[in-house]
Amino acid sequence: MHRRLVLKGIVALGAIAAWPRLLWASRPDAAFIADNADDAIMAVFGQMPVASEQIKLKIPDIAENGAVVPVTVSTDLADVESISIVVVNNPTPFVASFDMGPRMVPIVSVRIKMGQSSQVLALVKAGGTLYSTSRDVKVTIGGCGG
Amino acid sequence: MKKIILPLCLIGGLLCGLTAMAGPEEDRLAMVEYYSDRFPDVPLQEFANGLYAFDTIAREQWIEMEDFPPYEIAIEDGQALFETPFANGKSYADCFENGGIGVKQNYPYFDTDAGEVVTLELAINHCREANGEEPLLYMIGALAEISAYMAYTSRGHEMAVKVPADKPGAVAAYAAGKQFYYTRRGQLNFACSSCHIQSAGLKLRADRLSTTLGQATHWPVYRSKWGEIGTLQKRFAECNSQVWAKPLEAQSVEYRNLEYFLSYISNGLELNGPGSRR
Amino acid sequence: MGKPIKIRAKIKGDFAEIKALMPHDMESGLRMNPATNQPYPAHYITDVVAELNGEVVMTAYWGQAVSKNPYVSFSIKGAVAGDTVTLRWNDNKGDSSEKEVVLK
Repeated sequence: MHRRLVLKGIVALGAIAAWPRLLWASRPDAAFIADNADDAIMAVFGQMPVASEQIKLKIPDIAENGAVVPVTVSTDLADVESISIVVVNNPTPFVASFDMGPRMVPIVSVRIKMGQSSQVLALVKAGGTLYSTSRDVKVTIGGCGG
Repeated sequence: MKKIILPLCLIGGLLCGLTAMAGPEEDRLAMVEYYSDRFPDVPLQEFANGLYAFDTIAREQWIEMEDFPPYEIAIEDGQALFETPFANGKSYADCFENGGIGVKQNYPYFDTDAGEVVTLELAINHCREANGEEPLLYMIGALAEISAYMAYTSRGHEMAVKVPADKPGAVAAYAAGKQFYYTRRGQLNFACSSCHIQSAGLKLRADRLSTTLGQATHWPVYRSKWGEIGTLQKRFAECNSQVWAKPLEAQSVEYRNLEYFLSYISNGLELNGPGSRR
Repeated sequence: MGKPIKIRAKIKGDFAEIKALMPHDMESGLRMNPATNQPYPAHYITDVVAELNGEVVMTAYWGQAVSKNPYVSFSIKGAVAGDTVTLRWNDNKGDSSEKEVVLK
């Protein structure tokens, strides 16, 4: 009985090893409820990121409306597995992540909510390592625009 | 620092021009001249884009939004509503010239029989009521969506609002709208002109103020703040609230006269609605 | 059933650029309803799946901080005319919406 289970385990491991780019099986729920960026990042990736010049985070310096901030993340790192966005000062900083299969060009655009001025992180997992870049984005109170 | 000299007629709202009966066309030309002098690098049609004509950081975000703007949903929904017949078998197309397609540039107009300004949105509800349907709310929702569709079909047409000099009712309505624009109100004691004429292009907290010229061309608007499409009449009420004045009802006489005045001032500019704003 | 997704797909050389607009309230669950003094219940897209010819190519996981009526854009390598791109979202209330386009 024990031997059969071990054999099953070995076969299963083999299957996973043969598919190096394993897409996340499910949503990293713990990340989305974490109330600080470091906890969220550790919950998802189990490692903290290394700064990289090879990630481009396109986001306005001053957001016109914090409810709709356009973001584009792109990278020329090889073997991209995922792209994620973290807004450090949001109540729950982990905003979105994109699990990129091998057929994806490593670029993604989305519109996000920012509760207040904040550092925004773009995280790229590539070849097993987590990389990041960041930008400071101001969110202002409008005038009569409200 | 270039000293900005405001023509006295624009500050005080006195009629411009040499004759006592100078009217809408003189006002419009004075506005065009004033804003062209104040913003010499802005092509005339760009004023139809409001603050995006001169706020570069905001403009970039607006251009990104325009790449796939949320108001597209409103246009589609509006088209579906527009094309759905009433219970009596008739449809919106029966109420408007050209079947309601590409007609927004002619609104508002002055209905001499009824003695009132008719905006496109008022006309939409008149059409509904004439065909036994309940009127829709004037600020958001289905009517704003129908207005968005009709605005979309009218894109590119030059604003062509008429204030016939021989129709005293029309002339008076235009004058009343203009008067409203220049009248201080609210606890903050601002007139529309305080911000949009005297301080156009300047910052109010983080916003740059748009010019009066071009204010009426891009409605209805998907404001990110609203998260949905809303009408110019809604914006009037909102602006009045923001100077701590009591907002009036959408499609009230005062707001319709105001829309009449504002639309005339934008005559000659191409309609570019529906629009995206913060 | 959720509201229909709007997709714009364009082949650009050796990849296809997909842009989508997804009507959805994306209610965070933090916004207060002034009438009831209770927050509007959270209602937001939790995951988005993109497929090429029936094979999953990308899975996105979203939280409450993605904007209302979300816009998303991504590009698929080697997609050619005749390929089918499917986009599907699921939300925290079990709603979903799916849209398929054939690349031209």
